[in-house]
Amino acid sequence: MGSVGSVTPQKMRLSAPLPLQSGAVLPGCELVYETYGTLNAARSNAVLVCHALNASHHVAGTAPDGSLGWWDNLVGPGKPLDTDRFFVIGVNNPGSCFGSTGPMHPNPATGRPWGSDFPVVTVEDWVDAQALLLDHLGITQLAAVLGGSLGGMQALAWSLRHPQRVRAVAAIATAPNLSAQNIAFNEVARRAITTDPDFHGGHFYAHGVVPQRGLRVARMLGHITYLSDDSMEARFGRRLQRGDEAPLAYSTLDIEFAVESYLRHQGDKFSGYFDANTYLLITRALDYFDPARAHGGDLARAFAAARGLRFLVVSFTTDWRFAPARSREIVKALVDNAIAVNYAEIDAPHGHDAFLLDDRRYHALVRAWFEKVKT
Amino acid sequence: MSERKDLEVIGALVPPGSRVLDLGCGDGALLEWLQRHKGCSGYGVELADDNVLRCVQRGVDVIQLDLEEGLALFDDQSFDVVLQIDTLQAIRHTERMLRETARVGRIGIVAFPNFAHWPNRLKVAAGRMPVTRALPYEWHDTPNIRVGTFADFGVLARRLGLHVTDAFGLHDGAVVRVAPNWRASVAVYRFEQK
Repeated sequence: MGSVGSVTPQKMRLSAPLPLQSGAVLPGCELVYETYGTLNAARSNAVLVCHALNASHHVAGTAPDGSLGWWDNLVGPGKPLDTDRFFVIGVNNPGSCFGSTGPMHPNPATGRPWGSDFPVVTVEDWVDAQALLLDHLGITQLAAVLGGSLGGMQALAWSLRHPQRVRAVAAIATAPNLSAQNIAFNEVARRAITTDPDFHGGHFYAHGVVPQRGLRVARMLGHITYLSDDSMEARFGRRLQRGDEAPLAYSTLDIEFAVESYLRHQGDKFSGYFDANTYLLITRALDYFDPARAHGGDLARAFAAARGLRFLVVSFTTDWRFAPARSREIVKALVDNAIAVNYAEIDAPHGHDAFLLDDRRYHALVRAWFEKVKT
Repeated sequence: MSERKDLEVIGALVPPGSRVLDLGCGDGALLEWLQRHKGCSGYGVELADDNVLRCVQRGVDVIQLDLEEGLALFDDQSFDVVLQIDTLQAIRHTERMLRETARVGRIGIVAFPNFAHWPNRLKVAAGRMPVTRALPYEWHDTPNIRVGTFADFGVLARRLGLHVTDAFGLHDGAVVRVAPNWRASVAVYRFEQK
């Protein structure tokens, strides 16, 4: 198994304003994307990989800045999603902070950064933008679309919104909508950001500051929910930061336990590169995703649109943010429509993060499924 | 039970073109055979990771579930045939499983090791639990927690109001219709809800 090697992001500009679910339009939208492998002559071997909250178009290989793609363990020559067979596309969604048009870019109407005026974008809006990228690349129909977590929601949305443009759908560690508990986590994260004095109502760019305190807390909270109780116990337990032999500090302000140090480090790192408005937009897109809503809450009726497609649904036993029971709701809606589906519950200890990790059973399954996807 | 002849005998009970749910589908060999030779479609349900992978590899639609949790995923009468081949003896809630089978499918087909097969009786008469090809496990580490006989199933089916449309034994790939409770290592029942 190899790497796709050095990759260079490319850019396309949408020729018309992007109409959004909210009724608003996004003018002057640019999409940044990467591709791996070779598009065949029939243009029938394309696989789109959709990203989640903290990821981008950089799915595989090594970027000019030396960073490795976020799903490099899964995508590459001889890997489960084999770039020797498939032409793989990674695209950064509008509203993100990794190159495609986002809230830090100028609003054409004012010439100043969009900030919190950036229109609310939904999973469906992203999928529509991705479809325009396919038009640009001359791809009529995807062999498959693949995504995990929020990316899995996009994969599902493809099957409902553009079923004629995709043949197979892989939705990993995802859900047909967010539960109240999940929305609640998002709301806490958003409040941490919006109540940071440096947020300035979302127009902090003009003030030369970043609401880093809010972003840090948002990330710390999010990070806890991506891990399982067991994996945190195994990794940190009650270990003390200054060594278990050191005397207790009896301090309310200093770091005492190793897990505190880890979370603070994750928060610091994240707040150094992630955009606060993007965090609000992406968590809102998660909250709004609910394909059953237009069908009286009946998910099976929503998936009637996806008849004839093939699905892979995968969940992880210790993922409590996108629990197996939520994946089973998707499977039930597919089964109710007699849609071809493979469903696996991977017994992995890593919580929601498991979908990004190199688990032998998980990767063997994804490999076997893609081997049956026709190019 | 995945031997070729057994497959064909069980397969012959399934009407062509049926929508099939195979509970405890193992490596998916039977479903693949039904798809290829009888134009059937449907899903397998399996718990073991290695079997789930083999199903995906052979292109059989498999859903990884613990059957002890029931069949809530499947709507009433949503399948023509529900298969339980070499599965029922490993299920704790046998009655609930059979009722669920009748709820989900029009036709139920079960096959399980017949504990009353004569070599088993001899073994037990000699004071030891049998270890045979159909019952290959030692008593202390067997997944077969519900050992019953060909005759026992008939009694249970009557009590549950299941209409048995065919019942026979299987031994070494051959159908046994004369004294199956004595002569067959495997019991096969085909039933419908009354």
